Amino acid sequence: MDELSQIADFGLGWLDASGSFAGIVLSTRVRIARNLQGHAFGPRARVNDREAVLRQIRLTAEKAPTLEGATIAELPELGGRARRILLERRLASRELLGEPNTGPARATAVVLAARDPVSIMVNEEDHLRLQGLASGLQLKEVWHLVDRLDEELGQELPYAYHHEFGFLTSCPTNVGTGVRASVLMHLPGLVLTKEINKVLQGLSQVGLTFRGLYGEGSEVVGNFFQVSNQTTLGRTEEDLVEHLETTVRQVIQFESQARQVLLRDAGQVTEDKIWRALGLLTYARSLSFEELMNLLSGVRLGVGLKLLPNLRVYTLNKLMIFTQAAHLEQAAGRDLPPAESDVHRATYVRRILAREGAVKPNDESEAPEGPPES
Amino acid sequence: MDSKKTCDNCGSGDAVVHLTQINNNEMSTYHLCETCAAAKGLETAEQQVNAPLGDFLAQMGDEPDPPEAGHEAEACSFCGLTFADFRETGRLGCPHCYTTFESYLKGLLRRVHGSTQHVGKIYLSPDPTRTELQERLERLRRKLRTAVEHEDFERAAEIRDRIRSIEPAGVNPPANSST
Repeated sequence: MDELSQIADFGLGWLDASGSFAGIVLSTRVRIARNLQGHAFGPRARVNDREAVLRQIRLTAEKAPTLEGATIAELPELGGRARRILLERRLASRELLGEPNTGPARATAVVLAARDPVSIMVNEEDHLRLQGLASGLQLKEVWHLVDRLDEELGQELPYAYHHEFGFLTSCPTNVGTGVRASVLMHLPGLVLTKEINKVLQGLSQVGLTFRGLYGEGSEVVGNFFQVSNQTTLGRTEEDLVEHLETTVRQVIQFESQARQVLLRDAGQVTEDKIWRALGLLTYARSLSFEELMNLLSGVRLGVGLKLLPNLRVYTLNKLMIFTQAAHLEQAAGRDLPPAESDVHRATYVRRILAREGAVKPNDESEAPEGPPES
Repeated sequence: MDSKKTCDNCGSGDAVVHLTQINNNEMSTYHLCETCAAAKGLETAEQQVNAPLGDFLAQMGDEPDPPEAGHEAEACSFCGLTFADFRETGRLGCPHCYTTFESYLKGLLRRVHGSTQHVGKIYLSPDPTRTELQERLERLRRKLRTAVEHEDFERAAEIRDRIRSIEPAGVNPPANSST
């Protein structure tokens, strides 16, 4: 359990809903893939390759200003629950965690910066995956943070670089800039007005793609879509980021229009759905994570339409993160079988809504909190 | 539920691929095990999920770009990855693979990204050559201009610092870079 103190509040900064369009855009993430010369890439790297990479990162982390006071957690040394918490906060990927029966490979690690919301996955598919995560739509800001970290590391580390192909990556779909910028959007208006497919097709026509909440291969739950650039080569990083931003702004506009259409043409039904969702969340005694996400989607729409002025986006963000299985187990101080987990989830939601559901409108004074007390 | 079928082809493995074919208006269904399905060029859903790019690459195989026959066994001299490995997993083994399979990769990158030429950040190795320094300086100066045009002065100051950190070295390359 002690290892959890290492992770503490990392990866939770975006919950405060301080970014632009935080109602529709939950978070912005930018990641950069980098590899070191002289070592095989992740899937083919031997133990001594991975250990050498981690050693170099440790040395470099001591010199990089952005990583001053950073926490370096080696995954094999963490307990299973702590690893899953990293996954639930999107600080580690499923691949980094390894297969459930074998666990993470040796020398896999995460580096968590103390000041800025940036972190590094070490020895995933690529040797380094730098990432920044912030609230709302903040593509340029997050890009600058990760870019700075990349500059600092690049001064010390011998990156694998090719004069024509740019930064080399394990998968050729990431080569060049190695940059994948993504924005997690909540698009219930477009889903309910059945416009979503048109929008998603439009995204692919302009070189963007979408995924579910947990990235590659995950399903879309609760109308949450992760929109990101598809290509990484042949455009500058700034172009990629700007192009995504322009398109995301358009999607935000479409979503806002769709919400107005919903209110105008199906106001009563929409309002009923929203209040029912809040009712279930307020009184349910057992909630699966998927059901919770769908209900939160309805309530979030209600907050966006100003039908539920007493609820804050921060509270909704918090409900998404702390109701995931490993977070609930952490609060309970023990493993929870699925049925029990559902009960704990409902209890936590009721408690938070009772406490924060009646906050006065526009009251932003309360600071974000850490994990729920056990 | 149906009991598990055995493979129509080899008669031993469990059938996991169920193929329905229509030939001359006659429909026939085959049940194949994973090995036989793979031999016929079919993939199970599980394989598709594991190697999405592999699937993509397999389709690309129909185009003229793939290397001449016998190339499948060509291996990277650094990590030992063969071209067949790459087609299967969609992952390269090490930085050197990009040189080993360069001619094929160019075609692939053009199709995936619409380009083969990186135009983003120029990496300055800890031991850079004069040309690398020059290229990077030019790019940073362009970025500086853009930042100033957008009145993003905080960013401009950061880029200016980066330029300053390179400039003296660009004029007088560090002593250790000549070795």
